[in-house]
Amino acid sequence: MEIQELQGKAALVRQDIIREVYSAKSGHPGGSLSCADVMTALYFEVMNIDPADPAKEGRDKFVLSKGHAAPALYAAMAERGYFPKEELTSLRHIGTRLQGHPSMKKLPGLEMSTGSLGQGISAAVGMALAAKLDKSSARIYTILGDGELQEGMVWEAAMSAAHYGLDNLCAVVDHNGLQIDGKNDDVMRVNPIADKFKAFGWNVIAIDGHDMEQIVKAFADAMDVKNSGRPTVIVAETVKGKGVSFMENQAGWHGKAPNDEQAAQAMTELGGTL
Amino acid sequence: MAEKIATRASYGKALTELGAENQNIIVMDADLSGSTQTKKFADKFPERFINAGIAECNMMGMAAGLAISGKTVFASTFAMFAAGRAYEIIRNSIGYTHANVKICATHAGLTVGEDGASHQCLEDLALMRAIPGMTVINPADDVSARKLIKAAAEFNGPCYIRLGRASVPVLYGEDQKVEIGKALKLKEGKDAVIIATGIMVDAAMQAAELLKAEGLEVGVMDMHTIKPIDEEAIVEAAKTGAIVTVEEHSVMGGLGSAVAEVVCQKAPCRMKIVGVQDTFGESGTPDALLEKYHLTAADIAEAVKSIR
Repeated sequence: MEIQELQGKAALVRQDIIREVYSAKSGHPGGSLSCADVMTALYFEVMNIDPADPAKEGRDKFVLSKGHAAPALYAAMAERGYFPKEELTSLRHIGTRLQGHPSMKKLPGLEMSTGSLGQGISAAVGMALAAKLDKSSARIYTILGDGELQEGMVWEAAMSAAHYGLDNLCAVVDHNGLQIDGKNDDVMRVNPIADKFKAFGWNVIAIDGHDMEQIVKAFADAMDVKNSGRPTVIVAETVKGKGVSFMENQAGWHGKAPNDEQAAQAMTELGGTL
Repeated sequence: MAEKIATRASYGKALTELGAENQNIIVMDADLSGSTQTKKFADKFPERFINAGIAECNMMGMAAGLAISGKTVFASTFAMFAAGRAYEIIRNSIGYTHANVKICATHAGLTVGEDGASHQCLEDLALMRAIPGMTVINPADDVSARKLIKAAAEFNGPCYIRLGRASVPVLYGEDQKVEIGKALKLKEGKDAVIIATGIMVDAAMQAAELLKAEGLEVGVMDMHTIKPIDEEAIVEAAKTGAIVTVEEHSVMGGLGSAVAEVVCQKAPCRMKIVGVQDTFGESGTPDALLEKYHLTAADIAEAVKSIR
């Protein structure tokens, strides 16, 4: 897909995120909007997947380690054709397939249930190991939050991915710099992220996580033969709440739904309607 | 005197047999493969053995990923670090996804012995039993351990198997039929039934002998599956009017609680729960610990008499 087309899809994903969270009256818009561009690239350009056959043998797999960004994942999946877009407004409602955090037993196409931070990347490492054992060319992708890196289990997983030479694993850190209680740097410093992963034996690519060209190129570089034998992490510099002026760079929009007025304004800014 | 074999040794043996029969089996450990006996599998099938290092949480997370990718995964470490340290990973990544991971936790209970309380897991049955969809197994001897481990490999879903460090008498013949969820009746008795699990089944048999000398006919049941528990067998036992449960585990949340849940709702009768009384263990030989924490045949016999 052309860069411009991908940008168009990302805009739709952002509109969907607002619709979902507005309808649910709860959820996590900030961290969903920050990873919307990366998510769009994965589902529309990078991954070898088939929405009509979500369990297809040999497919690439995605694990949302920062499970609270479920609205972004559901939006990308719906836009890609995994389920009807109308279903997006069922987010977090009783009986829905779109649980507050991803539940693989509810929705076909979800590869893992996540939400408890730090666990998704471990599961992704397990999936990458399984692909290696099966001599499959499938690649495993995961998105982590930067606050999530405070979980010790992330580093256990990082160590194991490098130890087992999982070059079929590509992680993205959605580095928006904020978490529930404020700035990463104030709550618990995670920087320098790139150096940490380098020290753990990973191939590290740093990009602007809202520049579609850079995103697509980073995923392609991760597959480059020069990186064989090493997992790749893409450290994506992002803005929490990206695309909605009053949500941008505000930790307060980590886990809060917009009211009627705010939702309307957000949709106007994103070029859509509720 | 019956031959004595630790159920962790049974695990090592069962794994090598399973590994030869089933190419889909993956075994994981967290740097304790000599102790858990997964090394037996690792030596034979190195390409299907994954050492996670001393990182139990990540081991359980990786196990989930491997299982969700279609593998039958056996993940091992000591009970303390499996059910204890990695509890929430087991709950969310393995339980919630109903992943096909068999958590085989060795060195459970007081009989870890000299290592002391930090390594004596007395809460694992309670923790694992509370996870929806988790099968919980606690074998009594070598034969039943091997058969139950193999049975666990046959079904698709999460399973916790509790294994011990110390050698324990072999109770069953090689032809004994052992099914997950079906208690084994070792002895019939009209005056009371002792329902025991794991390595306490042998002590329960001895207790029944002690009571026989005093004129009481007491049945003994091996409740090797804590979940799903054999309700029918419990209701049957309740007809004697007295049930004593015995476990090398806290009296809270384990076998005693599971049996009491059935008894109080389906067949009320007198009950006594023999186990570790809301306390941590300590260093000592397994026998000295079992005596100090009142888990001997004499203690069980006393418990039976107290409700007869």
